[in-house]
Amino acid sequence: MGSESVEEYLEAIYGFNERGELARNHALSEKLKVSPPSVTQMIKRLADEGLVEYEPYKGAYLTGKGMALAQKVVRKHRLIERFLYDILKLPMEKVHDEACRMEHGVSDEAAVALCKALNSPETGPDDHPIPDCTLDVESCSDCEEAREAAGQEHPLTTQLSHLKPGEEGRVAFIRGGRRSTQRIMDMGLTPGTYVKMVKAAPFKGPVEVEVRGTSLALGRGLANHVFVNVDDEGRPWMRAHPHGPHHGSAPH
Amino acid sequence: MKLSERKLKVALAGNANVGKSVIFNQLTGLHQHVGNWPGKTVERAEGTLFFGEIEIEVIDLPGIYSLSTYSIEELISREYIAVEQPDVIINVVDASALERNLAFTVQLLELEPRMVVALNQIDVAESRGVIVYPEELSRLLGVPVVPTVAVKGAGLTELMERTVEAAETGEKAKPLKYGSEIEEKVDGIASKLEAETPYPRRWVAVKLLEGDEEITAAVYRRQPGLRAEVEEAATYIEEVHSHDVSSVIASERYALASAVAHESSSHVVPERGLREALADATTHPVWGYLFMVASILTMFFVIFSFGDWLAGALDEVFAVVKTGYVTALGSGPAATFIWDAFIDGFIGGVVVALPYIGPFYLVLSVLEDSGYLARVAFLMDSAMHAIGLHGKGFIPVMLGFGCNVPAVLGARVMETERERLICAFVGSLVPCAARSIVIMGLVASYVGFRWALLLYLIDFVLIFVLGRIAYKVAPDEPVGLIMEIPGYRMPSLRTTAQRTWFRLRGFVYEAFPIMIAGNFVIQVAAILGVLGVVERLMSPVTVGWLGLPSAAGVVLIFGVLRKELTLILLGTLLGGNDFSVFLSPAQMFVFAFVVMVYVPCISTIAALVKEFGYRAAAAISVAEIFTAVLLGGVILRVLLALGLP
Repeated sequence: MGSESVEEYLEAIYGFNERGELARNHALSEKLKVSPPSVTQMIKRLADEGLVEYEPYKGAYLTGKGMALAQKVVRKHRLIERFLYDILKLPMEKVHDEACRMEHGVSDEAAVALCKALNSPETGPDDHPIPDCTLDVESCSDCEEAREAAGQEHPLTTQLSHLKPGEEGRVAFIRGGRRSTQRIMDMGLTPGTYVKMVKAAPFKGPVEVEVRGTSLALGRGLANHVFVNVDDEGRPWMRAHPHGPHHGSAPH
Repeated sequence: MKLSERKLKVALAGNANVGKSVIFNQLTGLHQHVGNWPGKTVERAEGTLFFGEIEIEVIDLPGIYSLSTYSIEELISREYIAVEQPDVIINVVDASALERNLAFTVQLLELEPRMVVALNQIDVAESRGVIVYPEELSRLLGVPVVPTVAVKGAGLTELMERTVEAAETGEKAKPLKYGSEIEEKVDGIASKLEAETPYPRRWVAVKLLEGDEEITAAVYRRQPGLRAEVEEAATYIEEVHSHDVSSVIASERYALASAVAHESSSHVVPERGLREALADATTHPVWGYLFMVASILTMFFVIFSFGDWLAGALDEVFAVVKTGYVTALGSGPAATFIWDAFIDGFIGGVVVALPYIGPFYLVLSVLEDSGYLARVAFLMDSAMHAIGLHGKGFIPVMLGFGCNVPAVLGARVMETERERLICAFVGSLVPCAARSIVIMGLVASYVGFRWALLLYLIDFVLIFVLGRIAYKVAPDEPVGLIMEIPGYRMPSLRTTAQRTWFRLRGFVYEAFPIMIAGNFVIQVAAILGVLGVVERLMSPVTVGWLGLPSAAGVVLIFGVLRKELTLILLGTLLGGNDFSVFLSPAQMFVFAFVVMVYVPCISTIAALVKEFGYRAAAAISVAEIFTAVLLGGVILRVLLALGLP
């Protein structure tokens, strides 16, 4: 099983999680047209790599790292769909399958350029939202400069709110109003800082994170403004900490 | 100079939840005054202490995390330090959260005051496996460091010795250095700075780079030429670090704090104790909410059952006093007038406000100091967003159901002026116990319980809508919930008791004059017969639009004093206790609605004035009167159209 099929799985799980559902085994097997035993095997592998977590009899959901990968793929997928539908005028029923084949070959750099060329669309042609751009830009006017700086493949970046309890990330940048950004940094979430998810309150409530040896609560909205890198090898957790990093190192 | 004339001015500064107030209370004891900073919703606690022959004036600056312009507290603090120039700043640092606390210390050092660090809660830190070495910390920061355990009073004598030493012989603090590429630019800007400010040049240069609204406005107004220099430096730093300059500087500060923290402390793996288990349970998606409901009900019960009991007892006492008064002076017009115009206002304050505010301050103080308030805010954040607030607003708004005064006073738990104002506004709309008396006594008894529920429902919809409108129209950028979740702690009994007493006293000094004056004006107007005129002037609204009997005008005016009395007064003026004789169900419903919404009572208005000033209090009152009248008439017409007589 290559990286393409990993991406397909993550994309499919993202589709379920996006609607607030866990990805059940049989539903995945139907969607990806593979046998339930292979789904089970693959989910196990994804879980070992720290990309998903699985609740027996309920289904799988993405970890922060899985989310970062899935967002990348889904973003490419939906941008390509837009391109096929808007520019190439392909019929709606064909764009999905076409995009599925193309998405794995597009570099992160090309995806940014595609986004810019399409005038930064917010949704795909079927109105599904396109995941946020993960470049450190304040607005789309800084896009080209940031693209050049970022190179061909971008680090795995996702919103802090997507980390699962016990998962760690490193603050990449904060996108938001001046006051919110200032406040977030004043409380210690400066770029480069390691941050660990402790728990999230139900009903889209705030998240509790551990940063610089103390606990912070951030409203879900603010946690969506903080982008974290989830793919670095994981520095030993600086603070005295009983559990240590939750996941093993990232395979590439 | 005689020794006894030696006087020092000392300010306590530090993060929230570090035990600053405990130190303040330990130092000043009963020699303190709690009020607000002029024109601000920020508490200002001052006190004096005699240390040997020296009189030390202590001021407890608000608990903050930065010296930026995020909140009014930050502006007040930095301005106070630079302009008032206290002899020594005591920076209270929580040893158990060293890194974040030191990030603020780094900022204080940049203001170059004489400074002493109180390394507090070393016992808590040790229980969490953090051992801090004060000598090492002192060497790295370049200022004296005194370990303290404020709740036990440990280390405070040494703290004051070092403070006096620092004031008399100490040198001013020196800022820690950032990376050389930043220092170079900071130096460049500082050397070209000509505009005079009360702040040190280096600090101003850093703030210019950060784009601080206040400092840039002040400097560029006098020295517009400097802007290009600053922008050039900012661009350079941004290119080197590939982040914008304010986040680079924030990172640098934390990097310094982190380095100092790591060099001056060591960590061992702590054992998980009861505290941690409690922390987990109280934010649990099931147990957390259950515990919260239970604790809020308990809190409510404590505040209001005690309050009701005390209010009743005080009422009886004053009834006896009044009987005595009447016996002594008779019930002639002069004696009656003196009682009504002067004494009744005072009694109103004592009976209506104090019995609830005392226990409220006590409970709020315990909630804050124990660390539970942060957990409630965590659990209730998403619900409170629906009405334009965030999690911290839950407690004040809940308290509003008992009495709006604590709701308004409790709004100070919010962090920014904007959030506080929205919170107080929403709080003043919550149907308090007095309004519930009217709703229950009139609508539930005569029209039906379901109609009373409908009134509450209308009020909740109103809170929802007006809260959202306030969220949209209030100035400044809304900032969501971001707060430290402190570890659980046993609140200090002494600090809690002292704080409650001094806050209560502050309330009496500031709010009572307004209540007494309000009562006086209305009583004098009544004597002079002005009310009859007002009643006629109001009749197009009360009779024409709201469809109420014309006596309602006077009732509504008196209702400002005490809303629960509107019912009795209405009965008296209309001549009977059976309201169904002279009011139709629709009129009762509309009357109860208007009483519910039309204006906060005088005590709440006084609290609004105390916290937000006359303008905000007037704006809130006018908005609510307008809403009550407008919707009252609409509701009347809807009810009539639905066939309610």
